[in-house]
Amino acid sequence: MEETITKSDIIKPENLVYKKTDLMTDNVLSYCPGCGHGTTHRIIMETIEEMGVQKDTIGIAPVGCSVLAYEFMNIDMQQAAHGRAPALATAIKRLLPYKTVFTYQGDGDLAAIGTAETIHAANRGENITIIFINNGIYGMTGGQMAPTTLEGMKSSTTPYGRDWEMMGHPLKITELLAQLPGTYFVSRQAVHTPANVRKTKKAIRNAFELQKLNRGMTFVEVVSNCNSGWKMTPVQANQWMVENMFPFYPLGDIKVDGELVKK
Amino acid sequence: MKKELRLMKGNEAFAEGAIRAGVDGYFGYPITPQSEVMEYLTAEKPHERTGMVVLQAESEVASINMLYGGAGCGKKVMTSSSSPGISLMQEGISYMAGAELPCIVLNVVRGGPGLGTIQPAQSDYFQATKGGGHGDYRLITLAPSSVQEMYDFVKLGYDLAFKYRTPVMVLSDGAIGQMMEKVEIDEQIPRTQDEEIRSKYPWATMGKTPDRERNIITSLDLDPARHERHNLKLQAKYREIEKAEIRFETIQCEDADFLFVAYGTSSRICQKSIQLCREKGIKVGLFRPITLFPFPKNDLKQVARGCKGILSVEMSAGQMIEDIRLAIEGSVRSEHYGRMGGIIPSPIEVAEALEQKFIKS
Repeated sequence: MEETITKSDIIKPENLVYKKTDLMTDNVLSYCPGCGHGTTHRIIMETIEEMGVQKDTIGIAPVGCSVLAYEFMNIDMQQAAHGRAPALATAIKRLLPYKTVFTYQGDGDLAAIGTAETIHAANRGENITIIFINNGIYGMTGGQMAPTTLEGMKSSTTPYGRDWEMMGHPLKITELLAQLPGTYFVSRQAVHTPANVRKTKKAIRNAFELQKLNRGMTFVEVVSNCNSGWKMTPVQANQWMVENMFPFYPLGDIKVDGELVKK
Repeated sequence: MKKELRLMKGNEAFAEGAIRAGVDGYFGYPITPQSEVMEYLTAEKPHERTGMVVLQAESEVASINMLYGGAGCGKKVMTSSSSPGISLMQEGISYMAGAELPCIVLNVVRGGPGLGTIQPAQSDYFQATKGGGHGDYRLITLAPSSVQEMYDFVKLGYDLAFKYRTPVMVLSDGAIGQMMEKVEIDEQIPRTQDEEIRSKYPWATMGKTPDRERNIITSLDLDPARHERHNLKLQAKYREIEKAEIRFETIQCEDADFLFVAYGTSSRICQKSIQLCREKGIKVGLFRPITLFPFPKNDLKQVARGCKGILSVEMSAGQMIEDIRLAIEGSVRSEHYGRMGGIIPSPIEVAEALEQKFIKS
């Protein structure tokens, strides 16, 4: 006798291998297919769920592609003016020291217009976590040069490639922040492979756990892609990122337990 | 109960008023002539008195955004600055108006434009009452004319800011900030506990609990129809404020043939000018708007009925005069007299200006 497998035979709790965390809303992501934002959102939310701190977490969305992060993250959130997320987070954490407070910022937001807020929040040793998405471009406004745009890299405002004599050098703000005594944990990761996703998630978990120690800012950079801004397919973009971004922005922990990691 | 009396500077009275009103956080950046606010707060150790947070930020831009963060959590937050610093805050104030966040911003006005001078002025009237930053919004603007009001308007400011979920500006000036007067100090109001914030301000981002949807503090809405609705809601709120929150004072207006209209330091000078005019037989009164937005237009029109002239006295090129003329609708002749650049007019010159403009001309 022939056995027919139906849908109800497959969709059973015991067959469940992956489930979206309830801390991600059901709203359709506004990000381009292949973009690293969605994955990073998910692992932050998974971390908050696993730590059981949803009711005591306040997130801050920037201006940029992730301006609408609050549409996807099922936690209390505030949307900051461009670059000012660390100022918001400073006040929130100081007024509510028992909360987990994090900002989610892109490279233009954090390393150009928000440089002062970023550096001073770090220098004061604010007990907040910053998740920094670095894709070397202004995604939302249509692919203009960012402070982290690589030398020679094309963007809509560097159509012939970034020339450092004209436009300055790409800014390694993460290394700069690691130099400040106010940062306690600084790490640079990526989310383009399952192994990297696991590493990034571990770094984010670490950053959130360390926030409770009140030893200073914890900071995780995620080197990411922008296939639409870079004018590549998602696969090409990831490959380009590995070949060009990682040599300049090498992955790994930069500062652990308040000490710079020796290379 | 006998009230406590102290001799204080206006800036100090504002700072003490903040502690006594149960403020949760002050975030500021030094600028003359208001630096005493933060100096007083840091010396007083309010974290020991009430648990209040005081933080010197890296800029006025950071200060106002710290207010956004704190206010978004339902906390009582404030900053103080002077004209150039307030200009830097305009982006953040606009965001707070858009996101409907309560706070108090004190502007101890100095002369402009640009770096201008550190001396007193009233040339930020337009900025305070017409919006200041981008977009369609208004700030409730309170104008203290004494050190006592610098103290009192902290509590009043928060009552209004939280009632309407909107930023409140206290528009003072360098003279009121720096001068010393007697101040009646109230009992300490306790700070609001976090659990109370959760129930009193259900919109606050205190962390999502299972019994409610997530809270979002934002001024962004990319859907035009929805965003227009949000704007209409804000406008309805401002109309409501115009109906319910007008405050003003009249001095010797009952028999007045002429009116001074003045706020803050100018209103103090005008009180002496009234005396000088009346000694000469010119019956002058003072109409002092306490709320500059909402401007007491109907009340002014009523008080001015039958008057022969109105003189707006401002330490500016003439800003409030525009609101006066809109209020009066041509029913009474209204003129402006002002000094700029940090000069405070003397009572004699104000009295003479009235004579010159309305009697001798």
